[in-house]
Amino acid sequence: MTAKLTVVRSGALTTVQDRGRPGHAHLGVPRSGALDAPAMALANRLLGNPPDAAVLETTLTGCALRPDRTVTVVVGGASCPVTVDGRPAAWGGPVRVPAGAVLGVGGVTAGVRSYVAVAGGIAVEPVLGSRSTDLLSGLGPAPLRDGDVLPLGPPAPRPALPAAAPWPAPPAELTLPLRPGPRTEWFTPAALRTLASATYRVSQHSNRIGLRTEGPSLERVRTGELPSEGMVLGAVQVPPDGRPVVFLHDHPTTGGYPVIGVVPEPALAAAAQAAAGTPIRFTLG
Amino acid sequence: MTPSRFAQAIQSPSAQVRPAGRHALLVELPDAERTAAFHAELLRRRAAGTLPPVEDIVPGARTVLLDGVARPEELARRIAGWDVPPRTADEGAAVEIPVRYDGPDLARVAALWGVRAEEVAARHSSYPYRVAFCGFAPGFGYLTGLPPELHVPRRDTPRTRVPAGALALAGPYSAVYPRATPGGWQLIGTMPDPTPLWDLGKEEPALLTPGTRVRFVAEGGTP
Repeated sequence: MTAKLTVVRSGALTTVQDRGRPGHAHLGVPRSGALDAPAMALANRLLGNPPDAAVLETTLTGCALRPDRTVTVVVGGASCPVTVDGRPAAWGGPVRVPAGAVLGVGGVTAGVRSYVAVAGGIAVEPVLGSRSTDLLSGLGPAPLRDGDVLPLGPPAPRPALPAAAPWPAPPAELTLPLRPGPRTEWFTPAALRTLASATYRVSQHSNRIGLRTEGPSLERVRTGELPSEGMVLGAVQVPPDGRPVVFLHDHPTTGGYPVIGVVPEPALAAAAQAAAGTPIRFTLG
Repeated sequence: MTPSRFAQAIQSPSAQVRPAGRHALLVELPDAERTAAFHAELLRRRAAGTLPPVEDIVPGARTVLLDGVARPEELARRIAGWDVPPRTADEGAAVEIPVRYDGPDLARVAALWGVRAEEVAARHSSYPYRVAFCGFAPGFGYLTGLPPELHVPRRDTPRTRVPAGALALAGPYSAVYPRATPGGWQLIGTMPDPTPLWDLGKEEPALLTPGTRVRFVAEGGTP
């Protein structure tokens, strides 16, 4: 019989995530997938899970889970208190959760999104090759609710564990390298200088679709609508209010606002862990 | 910025190839027709195995995005040298979409077209359409084919809910909503059973993929 995980407390927003479903953008299907992909990968590696095993991604307030079999889990990404039936347990390394015990994933002490990997992975039915919840288009499992029951996959044989897992600390200041294009010429030369020199801050309205920013408005030289065009992960789109939005994994596949530059994918993991108010510096290069 | 890197658009007689991050390029064409021809050429070359691996080929209104490319600069230079033939006459059968022309904006669209409401069905269903690109929601295709004099603006106030199956117009585009969403387009009809538009039970879940030809078939007279 399949092992199951009952959601005791779903938290503010907890979703199932894996590496997403790239390759369907031409049908209007976002890529989706874990926002802090390295954290998910490390949690899976510590359990001997395959890299495409699905995990849970929490948002600020954690969650609580009860397995019906004894399972091994890793909670990583944003740091938070971890408990098993109320007793403190390890963050960032394997934790044994006995059958019927409650794994508590507390509110974050730093960062935004914690990842809960379970040996064997979350085994919900994949959609277009992925188990990820896509909040823009509604593909994949709905965000977790109290009382949901999630199937688990068969665990791998116990892996050799690294002595210390290198979990990066969330950024005190978020540095986002930016490669100009494809629509830089829609903006004044001053706008690019502003973007590269001013300090922006992470807006509290950020979500899995985009990291919204607060800061100086970027002025356009061209007005009017851009005919809809394909958008890449990390695209820095500038809506009419002039405040750049960095597209994260649930971003729309096409859009009509100009993209001044693109942040490379490896820099987006830190963006996923930057709390509201974190200063942002864009660096050209 | 190092000059050796693909940082500036590459101009060719037929296209402008723009950088879009480390692993993508955006090819901009002069018009929708040449965008369709370029998209068809990409699919041909991909099928023939002469295109380097590309994860996503995403057409837009005047562009095609190539995302997930190992060496975008090299591909950009190659593309700039392509001689893309005009799109050949459409081959194969068109997808037929049955429609009742009974939308709440039918009278408004009729007024904009300068025809009686009863005539919208015959006019709209008389043109052949083509999926220019997808976006907005899975399976939502932007269909071109309406002549310019029949293009209509979006509604001033978007609806908070447009039902699944609504046939809608905005600018040069016609579309059928695969599911209920907010929307600002003018609603002129209804596809009675919209489930084939996005069916995850099928290997190819989208009925309307870029390049697909479409005909609307008016059902059961006028309301």
